Amino acid sequence: AIRTKSLLSHTVNMDSQENRCPFQEYQIIGRKYPTPSEPNPKIYRMRIFAPNEVVAKSRFWYFVRKLKRVKKWKGEILDISLIEEEDKGTAKNYGIWLRFESRAGIYNMYKEFRDVTRCGAVHCCYSNMASLHCARGRHIQIIKIVELKDEDCKRPYIQQLHGPDLKFPMPHRRVRFAEKRYRTPFLRKRMNTWQ
Amino acid sequence: LIHFYKREMPFKKFVEIGRVAMLNQGPDAGKIAAIVNVIDQNRVLIDGPTSGVLRQAYPIKQLHLTPLRVKFAFNAKTKVVRKEMESEKVQESWDSSNWAKRMALKSKRDGLNDFDRFKLRKAKSARNKIVAKALNTKKRQLRKAGKI
Repeated sequence: AIRTKSLLSHTVNMDSQENRCPFQEYQIIGRKYPTPSEPNPKIYRMRIFAPNEVVAKSRFWYFVRKLKRVKKWKGEILDISLIEEEDKGTAKNYGIWLRFESRAGIYNMYKEFRDVTRCGAVHCCYSNMASLHCARGRHIQIIKIVELKDEDCKRPYIQQLHGPDLKFPMPHRRVRFAEKRYRTPFLRKRMNTWQ
Repeated sequence: LIHFYKREMPFKKFVEIGRVAMLNQGPDAGKIAAIVNVIDQNRVLIDGPTSGVLRQAYPIKQLHLTPLRVKFAFNAKTKVVRKEMESEKVQESWDSSNWAKRMALKSKRDGLNDFDRFKLRKAKSARNKIVAKALNTKKRQLRKAGKI
């Protein structure tokens, strides 16, 4: 079961912490307008990651148009709800299947990320794709995102972070001072980077 | 015969589950929290129920590891973390540590106003006079005795 919060009244609390994450997960339900020949058109539901509802609705129509013969100008959105993360207090593994349009062609990818929320994992994914493949957000389509158990993870860079005995030191700790006045390009004495 | 010498790691503090760390930056700067789980190479999940730090993902670079460590399972609930930290008296050991005392002293010194700085100067001068007097009488005695 997913916890949803209906947004049809279009009010979002922009001061709340969760709304500062670059992605939110929305559940959008829409269908074609009913016509005399088709009084009960099929209803489609999607889970979209977007920064706000406007983008979410736009992406909904973008995907539905590609997958089904339903277009925004002949369709209606029945409901748009915010899907909240159920448990924000545990680190989880996520497997993300994506479709990526590069300059060379279209590729499918499977990537794994570790994060506290689904939206956070999607954010990691977008950042990762941007850094490794120069991918812009508009060229990435998230096909599927699944929470994985530790045993089901395939990637060694994620598997290395598993286990209750994981420990590592901070070998070269470079301190960035909190106060701006201490952040100078030159230091009088050589800094101690030990632990 | 091959001798396998047990190699000691020079590091004493590790990023591990249960390690107590001090937060360096942000609104919770100066507070301690326990590492509940490692998210990835750059981030950990921390929780500081005894110091008012909410359970959250935190960048490792903004943590300063302390010598304190608590034992609980990974992804343990806040309730469990609080119980372990209170039974180990982590907040008390931290508050009585030299590190925390130095931090408190530093922030106190930064918060002095002009009158406080005047009082500090006078107090220091009075103390130094007593020390100097004792030192000089001792010196004079030793010189008279021919020891220096």
